[in-house]
Formats: sequence, C-alpha cells, structure tokens
Amino acid sequence: MPEIKREEVLHVANNLARLELSDDEVERLQYELGRIMEYFLELQKIDTRDVDITSHVLPMTNVLRDDQPGECLSQEDALSNAPDKIEGFFRVPRILEE
Amino acid sequence: MSWQPCVGLEVHVQLSTDSKMFCACPAEFGGEPNTRCCPVCLGLPGSLPVPNQEAIEHVLRTGLALNCQVAERCRFARKNYLYPDLAKNYQISQYDEPLTQDGYIDLDVNGQPVHIRIRRAHLEEDTGKNIHLLDGCSVVDYNRSGVPLMEVVTEPDFTSADEVRVYLTELRRILRYIGVSDADMEKGQMRCEPTVNLRNLQTDEATPKTEIKNLNSIRSVYEAVRYEIARQLRALETDEPLVQETRRWDETARQTVSMRRKETADDYMYFPDPDLVPLEPSSDWVADIRASIAELPTARRRRFVEEYGLPEYDASVLTEEKAVADYFEAVAAASGDPKAASNWVMTEVLRYLNEEGVTVDRFPLSPECVAELIALTADGTLSATIAREVFARACRDGRSPRQIVEQDGLAQISDTSELAKLVDEAIAANPKAVEDFRAGKEKALGAIVGHIMRTTKGQANPQLVNDLLRQKLSAS
Ligand SMILES: [Zn+2]
Repeated sequence: MPEIKREEVLHVANNLARLELSDDEVERLQYELGRIMEYFLELQKIDTRDVDITSHVLPMTNVLRDDQPGECLSQEDALSNAPDKIEGFFRVPRILEE
Repeated sequence: MSWQPCVGLEVHVQLSTDSKMFCACPAEFGGEPNTRCCPVCLGLPGSLPVPNQEAIEHVLRTGLALNCQVAERCRFARKNYLYPDLAKNYQISQYDEPLTQDGYIDLDVNGQPVHIRIRRAHLEEDTGKNIHLLDGCSVVDYNRSGVPLMEVVTEPDFTSADEVRVYLTELRRILRYIGVSDADMEKGQMRCEPTVNLRNLQTDEATPKTEIKNLNSIRSVYEAVRYEIARQLRALETDEPLVQETRRWDETARQTVSMRRKETADDYMYFPDPDLVPLEPSSDWVADIRASIAELPTARRRRFVEEYGLPEYDASVLTEEKAVADYFEAVAAASGDPKAASNWVMTEVLRYLNEEGVTVDRFPLSPECVAELIALTADGTLSATIAREVFARACRDGRSPRQIVEQDGLAQISDTSELAKLVDEAIAANPKAVEDFRAGKEKALGAIVGHIMRTTKGQANPQLVNDLLRQKLSAS
C-alpha cells in the first residue's frame, strides 16, 4: 500500500479543503487515503492513451436551456442555512483583499 | 538596445441575457442582497446547472466576429479556489477546451494597420460581491453570482498604449453591434486586465510580466499601460530590479502600485465539470449564428465612404453605434441625398441625443421626417436656419415639417416682389450703411441684410436678398 505522509493529509485538509482534523483523524485518513491510492494504482495499469477523459457518464451533448428567467428563493430561504448573516447578507470571516 | 513593449489583454464582458448562466435567476443588475439566488447559484448540494443557450450563442457570435475557430466539441471546467465570492468553492469556466479560439482583429491605429491575434473567447460565470465591513468581517451578496461572463484573451501583440485603446474601443463597438453586451467599462460590463512586459528584439530577453488591475475606463487602461511601459523602461535604464507581480492602477496618483508578489503559482486544480455534458456546436447552428451577425463597424465604415462618398471622419462618427448608422441609412434612403442626411444626423440628431441623454431609438423624429426637411431645404422652401428651427419644433411637438411650415408660416420668402419691398425699406432705414457701402465698405452690406433678416425673423431667402440689394445699390 502506498504510504500517505502526515504532511500530505494536512496539506489537503488545511490548505485545500480548509478542514481542521484531530490527530486520530489524520492517522485514519493516512490509512484510508492509502487504500484509495492503492486502488487507483490498480486502475493505472490499464492503457488509456487513446481514451478521452470521461467527464460525464451519459453519452449526451448540448443540454441547454432557453434564456427565460424564473423563480428565485426568498432572501430568508436563501440565508436559511447560513451559519452567520446580517441584514440580508451572508457574513463570513474577514477576507484578505487580493 | 531596443526593447519592445509586449502587452496582452484579458477582457471580461458581461453578456446581455435575461437569466443567469446556469440557472433561471434574473441576470439584471441590482436588487436587495441575495434576492436573485436559487440552489444552483448558491451552490447548494444536489442542485444541477444547465447552460443558457443565449449566452453560448453570444460567445459564438463574438468568436465569429473576431475570426475565431469554433470548437467542434468543448467542455466546461471547474476552477477551484477558496474565496467566498462563489459559494461552490469553484467557478465554472473553460480551461483547455474554449468555445472559440485562434482569431484575429485588424485595427487602424493612427492610420497604421495593426494585426492583433485573439487567443480565445470563452464562457464562465461571474462571482458574487464581497463587501468588507469595518468590524473585521466581510459580507457576501450572491445576486451577481452565476451571471454569464465572457472572457476574450489576446496574444501579447500590442506594442503601445495607443493600440490597446483602439482595440478596446473597437471591441466595445463590435460587442454592441452584434448585441452581446453594452460593454460599458464604467458600469463594470467590460473589465480589462492588461499584462505588460518588454522584450529585447536583438537578444529575445524579456522582463518579468506585470498584470494591472483596477481599471474602469478605456482611458485608465490607456494611461496605466503607458505608465507601466515607461516604468519598466526606466527600471531597465537605472538597473532597478523588475519582478513578476500584480499592480493596481491608482486613479488619483495616476500610477501603478505593487499589490502582491506571487509566491506560488496558483493551482486551480482544473477538471471537466461532471455536472455538465459536453457542447458540440453543429455546423448548422454555427452557420445560423454567422448569418445573424450584421455588418461589422469596420466594414460599414468602409462602405459609407465608398457608397455614399462620405469623408472618413463622418463615416466613423455615423458608424460608432449601430442604431445611429441604421438611422442615417434610413434618412439617406428616404431623402436620396446621403450628404445632406449625413449632415443632419451628425449635427442636429446627434446634438439632440447628446443634450437629451437618450439613444437614437428614443429620438422623436422618424427618418422620413428628416428626409422631408432635407427636401424642403433643397427646394428652397426653408433656409438652413429656418430648417433647424422647424427641426426643433418637430422634436418638441411631433408635428411633421410640412405641417409646421404651413401652420407656423415659416416658409422662406423667395417672392421677388415681396423681397424688393423689404429691400427698399431696409435701404431707407439704414442711410449710414448705404453711404458706407457706396463709399466702398463691402462690410456695410451685412448690416442691411441683417436688418431684413431680423424683420422677417430669418425667413427671407438670404441669397436673393443679397442679389437684390446689390442690384438696387449699384443702380441708383
Ligand atoms: Zn440561481
């Protein structure tokens, strides 16, 4: 089984997914991600040089809609799952300006 | 050593659609915060995006107008980033499979032909709006989130700020002509981020690229690019180090200032969006769109010069906006006199639009009305001055020029016996001017003509008055 380093789990969790993990969780994920990688290594053995990336499992193209405006959620509904809100806005921790 | 500026442009354009890119929320600007949102544009789990056909056609239309190749097959991609202006944590965009690519545009920059290659025109979604509060928090309004946004990218082919200015003006004109956007930079409908560096033509050495942000008019893009080219040239001369960075245009100080250095390359982890099926624009569909593109401004400008014999300048003023060009052509056709039509549209019509702050579709006179004025001037019924007065009255109360001439008694006095009487009166009333004229002062004639024009409120045919007056004064 390929080894997933502790730092790799922390990089993905903290920097990319913004998740805070306990030490136990990090350890468990090292194991689980290792298993997943192992499975992917198995898949890697197949020669896919002439195969296009599958982005969608259905053989469909051009699924489009007409430019017709429809119903929206009410402001109250839109904000109903927000952990923090103020005067009709979602409130989020300070964002550093780009 | 000769260093040549290399400028590339990324232009984002808000497309004119009624609904958003992937959901049916209205795309209209404004509204109370978070009232134009649904599960799709709020990124709620289980919601599925469906692309807006009109937005896709707008991009195809733009790509074709910019001589691009249309992809036979393309996909949307997820651009992943953590910033709360999009609720999904990714933006739906296009990556290695844009809808259209490899085009070009030919410009006339101060009389010189300039060829700019277009790398691509693709489709993505706009983000929500972050507002930073003083208490250290930020708030987000997702009304704009998911509004269709087109990105038009050029190759780094511009070698001066002038070329950039001409390109943006022409691009805006084209986008308006083909009806894909109003492309008003001041309103944020068109946003531009230039990338600037210098290349040594002998050694092929190049300075690091800087990207300029915060530009909200064509004028500021022009000034920022000019400033940045000069700044980099100066840095080379004085051996100051140049770095790859993003710089912000400071509108007040009129200079670019460093914003941040890129410590690491952005990793957006692009991958094809599994929620969306591929697009395969059929050749019939593309042909229909190509056929729907009206004559583009450059071609129309050229045709106005050749077909109507207008001066370059007049042709460019008249073709600046499609609706104005259409209006002019309607007047030219109705009057059969393109020169006069051009004069009327360029002076009176455009002045009215300017003063009233309206577009030509709100202009009160029909092209036939203006043609009637041209006819009434051509046959001598109206002098140029009175014709302008009739124009003003028609704009005010909607009567036709002929009605106004009859009801208000504004026809030009061309009747010789009537004019002769007026001339006699004027001679009698201006003995001093008469004496001066006879003593050889040509200018004195003006005072007598002025007297007649005043008493007839400008209705006397000035040419006839002049002739009669000279006759009378030299005869006696
Ligand atoms: Zn929506």
